[in-house]
Amino acid sequence: MNNLNFFSDYLIATLRLAVPLAFAALGGLYSERSGVLNIALEGMLLTGAFTSAAATFYIGNPWLGILASLIAGGLVGLLHAFLCVTLRVDQLVSGLAINLVAAGLTSFLARLVFSGSSTQQLPGIGTIMIPGLANIPLIGPLLFQQDFLVYLLFILVIFTTYILFKTSFGLTLRGVGESPKAADTAGISVTFVRYIAVVVSGCLASLGGAYLTLVQVRFFAEGMSAGKGFIAIAALIFGRWHPVGSALACLLFGATEALQLRIQALGANIPYQFLVMLPYAIALLALVGLAGKSTPPKALGTPYFGENRHSD
Amino acid sequence: MLTLINRLLPLLSPLIAIASALIVGAILMLIAGANPITAYSILFQESLSTYFGFGNTLTKMTPLLFASLGVLVALRAGQFNVGGEGQIYLGALGSTLIGLYVQGLPALIHIPLALLAGFFFGAVWGWIPGYLKAIRGVNEVITTLLLNYIAVNLVSYLVQNPLMATGAPSPYSPLIAKTSRLPIILPQSLAHAGILLALIAAAILWVLLVRSPLGYQITAVGFNPIAARYAHISVERTIMLVMASAGGLAGLAGSCEVMGLKYRLFEQVSPGYGFDAIAIAFLSRGSVVGVVLTSLFFAALRSGANVMQRSAGVPITVVYVIQGFMVLFIAISFAVEREIRVKTQRGAKV
Repeated sequence: MNNLNFFSDYLIATLRLAVPLAFAALGGLYSERSGVLNIALEGMLLTGAFTSAAATFYIGNPWLGILASLIAGGLVGLLHAFLCVTLRVDQLVSGLAINLVAAGLTSFLARLVFSGSSTQQLPGIGTIMIPGLANIPLIGPLLFQQDFLVYLLFILVIFTTYILFKTSFGLTLRGVGESPKAADTAGISVTFVRYIAVVVSGCLASLGGAYLTLVQVRFFAEGMSAGKGFIAIAALIFGRWHPVGSALACLLFGATEALQLRIQALGANIPYQFLVMLPYAIALLALVGLAGKSTPPKALGTPYFGENRHSD
Repeated sequence: MLTLINRLLPLLSPLIAIASALIVGAILMLIAGANPITAYSILFQESLSTYFGFGNTLTKMTPLLFASLGVLVALRAGQFNVGGEGQIYLGALGSTLIGLYVQGLPALIHIPLALLAGFFFGAVWGWIPGYLKAIRGVNEVITTLLLNYIAVNLVSYLVQNPLMATGAPSPYSPLIAKTSRLPIILPQSLAHAGILLALIAAAILWVLLVRSPLGYQITAVGFNPIAARYAHISVERTIMLVMASAGGLAGLAGSCEVMGLKYRLFEQVSPGYGFDAIAIAFLSRGSVVGVVLTSLFFAALRSGANVMQRSAGVPITVVYVIQGFMVLFIAISFAVEREIRVKTQRGAKV
């Protein structure tokens, strides 16, 4: 029984650590399927984490905190879309610039907002027990004793798979990412689709940030995204730009992080730095193609000069 | 007139970007309840016109210049080296090992040997993503980023375990041999000979990139890899060479931090110099001279920031915001410039 408890706890920790990654990876999926590279996920996560914390701190209601982070994340997405789609700035540079600004701005504003109250514990969002199912051993606590954001994530993974492969919007989205020229010729506005995709991307990644502050730690710390946005990109690639695959990759990263925390707590004779390294090393190996070749959307990273068709 | 605009634009737009970012910084200072003019004048007076402040600026400029040369050389070949941070850590490690475990050499041999080790360690850390990009087609941005985390944790492990000084209250290595330390160039300040090395490296790189066939080859790969291949340039080999050199240059940033400043290996070798370097290289638009000037500017921002925080009450983080906005604005200015160029060319045709 003790072993089962330990295992159950371990699975729950894995899921908790995977959730912010999975939100960011899903966000990245929309953007990258439309052909816009999203290195800015890191900054979007951080923005979501900060705005949810700040709004909750001022208003006292975490649900409005989540709403605020959605809006802020959407705005960051809008900025990325404006830079990449309208101005056709190099998509990497845009992402890096957004990350730098987000890191600086959230640290700066955090000192203004939270100064004077060093250990400000935020109210979190409560656990929702699913009647009946919550009592199933092992699976119950893992899947049916979670908070709203986790359920939302489960739904979003399924919903995104459906949208992407079963609806005409999904076809359009993939078309724009594979061959914007063909999509344009078919009368689809490449600009519009990419804007939608990147704004959705910002919203989803910021939800990951909100989960960090409102569920995982209940306060905001400078730079608390700590590279999770980049891990999410690795998960996206590892999961071959498929919602279910990417979510599973996030679970794998969550599992190694949970293992590291457990081994550290048990005082085992393994230097914790190697375990901290593990997810990054796995991501690297995944990229090298240990899990087979993964092909990105064809137009990923290339801006589309659509209006040339109309000029002259 | 048109050619004049086209000639002035590359000079003008970084200045506009810097000015706009400083304005954003000023607005934030106002929000924080400080006077931006006072804050900026304290910041730049301290860092550029006082003896010790300037020494401090030169000290900060050393790693920034080395690391941004690393980004620049990769950028020339169309490669984004976002791994400067990890390469700095590896370089610091390489030099520390030579400084600690090789004893009894004269400084004239010990210093170059320690620098070489730093370059080599950084070069290996840059070569790995270069190899993966060239041979396996793996995006170098993600791999260099991931390698950063691995490097930071590797150094953290080493200074907490095998390299930790006996009886040290916090994780750091023993002092490196006196013969492996870089001399101080401004007496009683922190400014060490690393800045001279960085300037020499910049000069060598300028000659290599602008005046040699190798530089032409690198630029050709960056400009159009397919055309370069037709010109019998090995794109793969060039990418690996460029990424290894980039890592080596960033590695020297770490070497100088150990050999010129701290004389030992700490857990936190770099407070993000590798990321500042990316901003510096973009602001300089691939120009070596631009990198020298911009890293001086960034170093001044960093070295004056502490004094600004103490005497004007403006949080240091404002400097990071300013740097972020500079990259953002320079990116926008590229786009605007391209539009202007397209328009003037169309105008010229009519």
